[in-house]
Amino acid sequence: MSTQPGTLALSCRGLVKRYGDVVAVDGLDLEVSRGECFGMLGPNGAGKTTTIEILEGLSIPDAGEMEVLGERWRGDGLSLRARLGVQLQETKFPEKLTVREVLTLFRSFYPDGPAVEETLGLVALQEKANARVGTLSGGQKQRLSLACALAGDPELLFLDEPTTGLDPQARRQAWEIVEGLKARARTIMLTTHYMEEAARLCDRVAVVDHGHVIALGTPRGLVASLVAEHVVEFAVETEDDLDEGALRGLPTVEGVSRDGAAWRLTVRQVHRAVPALLTALTARGLEPSHLTTHHATLEDVFLSLTGRSLRDE
Amino acid sequence: MSNPGVRPPLVELTLARVRELVREPEALFWVFVFPILLAGVLGLAFRSRPPEPLPVAIVAGTEAKSRLSALSEDPELDPRLLSEKEAQQALRRGGVVLVVSDDPVPEYTFDPVQPESRAARLAVDAALQRAAGRNDVFEAARSEVTEPGARYVDFLVPGLLGMNLMGTGMWGIGFSLVVARNGNLLKRFVAAPVRRSHLLAAQLLSRLIFLVPEAGALLLFAWLFLDVPVRGSWLLLALVSLLGALTFSGLGLLTAARPRTIEGVSGIMNFVMVPMWIGSGIFFSTDRFPAAAQPFIQALPLTALNDALRAVMLEGAGPAPLLPELAILVLWGVVTFALALKVFRWQ
Repeated sequence: MSTQPGTLALSCRGLVKRYGDVVAVDGLDLEVSRGECFGMLGPNGAGKTTTIEILEGLSIPDAGEMEVLGERWRGDGLSLRARLGVQLQETKFPEKLTVREVLTLFRSFYPDGPAVEETLGLVALQEKANARVGTLSGGQKQRLSLACALAGDPELLFLDEPTTGLDPQARRQAWEIVEGLKARARTIMLTTHYMEEAARLCDRVAVVDHGHVIALGTPRGLVASLVAEHVVEFAVETEDDLDEGALRGLPTVEGVSRDGAAWRLTVRQVHRAVPALLTALTARGLEPSHLTTHHATLEDVFLSLTGRSLRDE
Repeated sequence: MSNPGVRPPLVELTLARVRELVREPEALFWVFVFPILLAGVLGLAFRSRPPEPLPVAIVAGTEAKSRLSALSEDPELDPRLLSEKEAQQALRRGGVVLVVSDDPVPEYTFDPVQPESRAARLAVDAALQRAAGRNDVFEAARSEVTEPGARYVDFLVPGLLGMNLMGTGMWGIGFSLVVARNGNLLKRFVAAPVRRSHLLAAQLLSRLIFLVPEAGALLLFAWLFLDVPVRGSWLLLALVSLLGALTFSGLGLLTAARPRTIEGVSGIMNFVMVPMWIGSGIFFSTDRFPAAAQPFIQALPLTALNDALRAVMLEGAGPAPLLPELAILVLWGVVTFALALKVFRWQ
């Protein structure tokens, strides 16, 4: 079972999954190449987990076609499962077992794979090998979960929200592990609602909302697709004299939105928009209590596509 | 396939379950220590001792003195002189079980529903008749049974063994499955290339591994310290216990087939087990229930298990007379397993 570069690791077309009246996945198409790290980025409830669980063969779609590593899901799919590594969003491993015992258990399920000690090394858990699962931190548990996904040396690795709920340090550590896996040309499909994560780890990103893909491309390409690649945010105490129309007329401003006293402009050219903005505010006797500018991110891509923030819950 | 040093998944899954149980001190207490404590305490409380004389009241008056001396002759009676009012009060409160009036021809006041009252009536009547001049036609010889096997503790131990097999079979399997389902572990197993039949078989295997020390500890304690006999073959006793453990594993699997939470499965467990705790003859004989309830009670798996265990231990029964009980156990086991597999929720 050698990895053939250039061929598809995963593809699906017109995937649909309903739960009663709720349509969780609504005609979703994806193609992931071998050796690629592919990300599904979207807010909670966008249908990412449902999609990834359909692809993992854990859930049966109501409609749509899919192929995983050139196979379709049939029966219990044991032979296909042996070629996949799966990390669910949250798995509670038995608290009384040690890290090594859990990993040994998962290793026994696979016909082939690295030695347990080697996998422990990959996720930096050698020192915790004899610790009970119940004593592990959140980040360590997540790394154990990743180790179990790697137990069978998978051709394709599914990671569902691998860093949700982790503190920044643990998140960075998890990213380094995934980057190490990428360096070995392993195919990875991950879901996330952190745009930094998608931008840092993924070769390509599908932005998912309401159960279908609304944008697809490299992280850099998606940002570049925005007409206005810069964001200016400021706040003013009184906003009586300030209206959207006035701001929209400023040079190179493409979009205006506000949340109470906080305003947000998307602009093409910061050096032209900001002086004009300050002049306009001064003319109205207003002084911004806060002013920042940044290059647009995937977060801004999502905002410009949906009008909502990724983490709007 | 190169898999040096990797044990088969069924072995690893079973080992994992055994390790989990051994590392749970509370589980060890309930499985091993609690039944022994219960047998010890109840054996002590209901140990054989000379029967208490029956307390009876004689209403004070002209006849009272001669009646008191007549009743004092009988060692099984404990007569006392009371006023009419005190006597009635004592009867109501259970202080005495019968009141003898002060009339020339005595009147006995007692509750015919209570065995002790009825026994007291017979004894009091015989003593007074004898004092009034009646001659007994013959005096029957007495032969008292006090040998091991007929005491309460002998009745109790097989019942506790049955109760334990039910409890550990149901909790042991039900809890771990629901915890695994609740924590997405079952789903994670399903995502791995492991047979679902192996996942369930490991639960049964670990259960059977625990059966030996669990049943053995209680039986050994009862045999050594309480003189509870095992009159039938130990092998047959082991086989009946094994069958009982499997039957209740099936029932445990079925109760845990759907619930997602511990609260959910606990409710169903209690719903299933409470009728058997009460009805299946753990602490008292199933004969206490009315005839109308008997078909239901006899069909319960724990009743069948307890009856079979008692027959082997106390009556030295061979396999043939146990066939109806064993058939009931097999039927429950097969039906619950089949149903559980059909409705099992894997995620």
